[in-house]
Amino acid sequence: MSISTSNAAPVSGQASSAAAPEPEELVQLLTPEGERREHPDYPLDLSPEEIRGLYRDLVLVRRFDTEAVFLQRQGELGLWPSLLGQEAAQVGSARALHGHDMVFPTYREHGVAMCRGVRPEQLLELFRGVSHGGWNPKEHGFHLYTIVIGSQTLHATGYAMGIQRDGRVGAEGEAALAYFGDGASSQGDVNEAFVWASVFHAPVVFFCQNNQWAISAPLAKQSPIPLYRRAAGFGFPGVRVDGNDVFACLAVTRQAMRAAREGQGPSLIEAFTYRMGAHTTNDDPTRYRLSGELEEWKLKDPIERLRAYIAREGLAGADFLSGVDAEAEELGEQVRRACRELPDPRPMEIFDHVYAEPNSQVDEERERFAAYLDSFEGAEHEGDR
Amino acid sequence: MPTTTLTLGRALNAGMRRAMEADPKVLVMGEDVGKLGGVFRVTDGLQKDFGEDRVVDTPLAESGIIGTAIGLALRGYRPLCEIQFDGFVFPAADQIITQLAKMHMRSRGSIRLPVVIRIPFGGGIGAVEHHSESPEAYFAHTHGLRVVACANAVDAYWMIQQAIACDDPVVFFEPKRRYYDKGEIDETAPLESALPMGAARVARAGTDLTIACFGPMVKTALEAAAAAEEEGRSVEVLDLRSLSPIDYPALFDSVRRTGRLVVAHEAPVAYGLGGEIAARVTEECFYQLEAPVIRVGGFATPYPPARLEEHYLPDLDRVLDAVDRSLSH
Repeated sequence: MSISTSNAAPVSGQASSAAAPEPEELVQLLTPEGERREHPDYPLDLSPEEIRGLYRDLVLVRRFDTEAVFLQRQGELGLWPSLLGQEAAQVGSARALHGHDMVFPTYREHGVAMCRGVRPEQLLELFRGVSHGGWNPKEHGFHLYTIVIGSQTLHATGYAMGIQRDGRVGAEGEAALAYFGDGASSQGDVNEAFVWASVFHAPVVFFCQNNQWAISAPLAKQSPIPLYRRAAGFGFPGVRVDGNDVFACLAVTRQAMRAAREGQGPSLIEAFTYRMGAHTTNDDPTRYRLSGELEEWKLKDPIERLRAYIAREGLAGADFLSGVDAEAEELGEQVRRACRELPDPRPMEIFDHVYAEPNSQVDEERERFAAYLDSFEGAEHEGDR
Repeated sequence: MPTTTLTLGRALNAGMRRAMEADPKVLVMGEDVGKLGGVFRVTDGLQKDFGEDRVVDTPLAESGIIGTAIGLALRGYRPLCEIQFDGFVFPAADQIITQLAKMHMRSRGSIRLPVVIRIPFGGGIGAVEHHSESPEAYFAHTHGLRVVACANAVDAYWMIQQAIACDDPVVFFEPKRRYYDKGEIDETAPLESALPMGAARVARAGTDLTIACFGPMVKTALEAAAAAEEEGRSVEVLDLRSLSPIDYPALFDSVRRTGRLVVAHEAPVAYGLGGEIAARVTEECFYQLEAPVIRVGGFATPYPPARLEEHYLPDLDRVLDAVDRSLSH
């Protein structure tokens, strides 16, 4: 069933939760069967080495994500939001970026983070509860995870306004990339970000991973029309891409980022994909969706189609594929070890970094709490905590 | 000392202008702040002199103002945002509370967000609903923010520059019914010579009782102190200036000398800053207190229609009544 585009919105409960897009609406360069397609607007010429690199990215990202789910089940993480099924959307878009571009993620962009050089254990810190953010955003051109839905789209837009004021729009320019989801498309902040970006012609690309589900709410609860078409109402281009096709995600994001850097303003990319796992490890999707839907999407798996393409075109031998698998296993082990070795923060760190400048309120409570801790028999000196 | 006579509103304008001249990264943004110069004309002339890239007329959405200001700050700018009226800050509350206040800690210090949010606050101007509120306690309860309120033209001039120079986000409350009160300002003095933004100021010295207040209530408290003097009572007025953190050493020092404290603010007394101040003073000055801390302020109601605000706002008589209640102990 296709999404209704008439003014009459679907009656609650009647709309299909995973409505298939109109075929002509979807930019696809690699079919689920692993066959290459050309698209007149999105030419893509990749070397075999680049294609093997994308495959390796996808496999490693999935292996890391799988390991993180295991770690949550073992009690090592408090929570994990799995990206299973969204690897191509993330790797494809991330590999379209330049070093100077700035990414504003949600809390599920583990694949983008890895492509930006964030170490896996740094991504785990938030979910293990040892910090609220495990990396320095400036070092990676990758902002911290934002948990409040959609807030980061405004930060990306403001950052892009800064790029303009720095005179960094042009052939060698910079741009911002904001990730968000289908659920976030309903947030006021996302819509305000669209208004700002459009009015100020800001160099920002909005990358919506439409994974069909906002926890238990299907896409039909957010929009009766395809999300990418909303861009037209704000005055900038929107495009829907097969989010499970790493080639298409790369090509479309490259073009959108290039346009933004060169001063052609913002655009919206809707990566049509599927959240194959639960919203987070606390969620139980069997309560709200049918297993048949998942089975359908498994046939569109982003990694399988690339593997099929590589095999068909003879772009790599068995050695390469088994080598990547071995590397993935090694990554899993390494992540397991690094997670368990993450040091717990010291009690007195509660008071660190509340303010950039000295603050008498925080200082007073820090002193009192240190004295309280020191009051216990055998307590070590506060300076050791 | 060469001084200029400026209204509180013009003093803010002059302070912002000086900060913008000193640092090209300072931007002004908000609704109607450009050509119009803001609904209170506080940003008058800035766009003409600094251009549309530095004095930005934004779309009409408060969350967008603060959210994009955060992004600009991430890029190295020092945005100075205007929220048009106190009651309109709430659409931006999410960005202020969940993002602006918390990003420094979230980043373990690697991100600094030197964003200033100017908010005209308080009542007494005969306005319609949402134009007369005092929402300072919401922000004082959000750690990661600095919260300040200026009470006169001199403080307005210096404190706005200090807020802009501060590396932490600052919510800057301006007493809108005092915008036209005048002060003598030495614009040639260096910023470093001004009283620090975090310090309280004894606005009037006294020995029998302390009134702690801020923003528009400072003038009211000074009038009450003058009236009390005619009855032979020596009332000290402490302008808190910084609401988070509060300058407790100055407050405790005053209360220990006078033994009595009245806290006055326009915001509702219930769950307000006065309660926090009363608790802290009771903890620290228990044996010097001659009377319980008395609070005077707005009622536990939404702000009333303008024809009732003279009854809602703590005026000279209500402050004197609180003073009398304290002195009668």
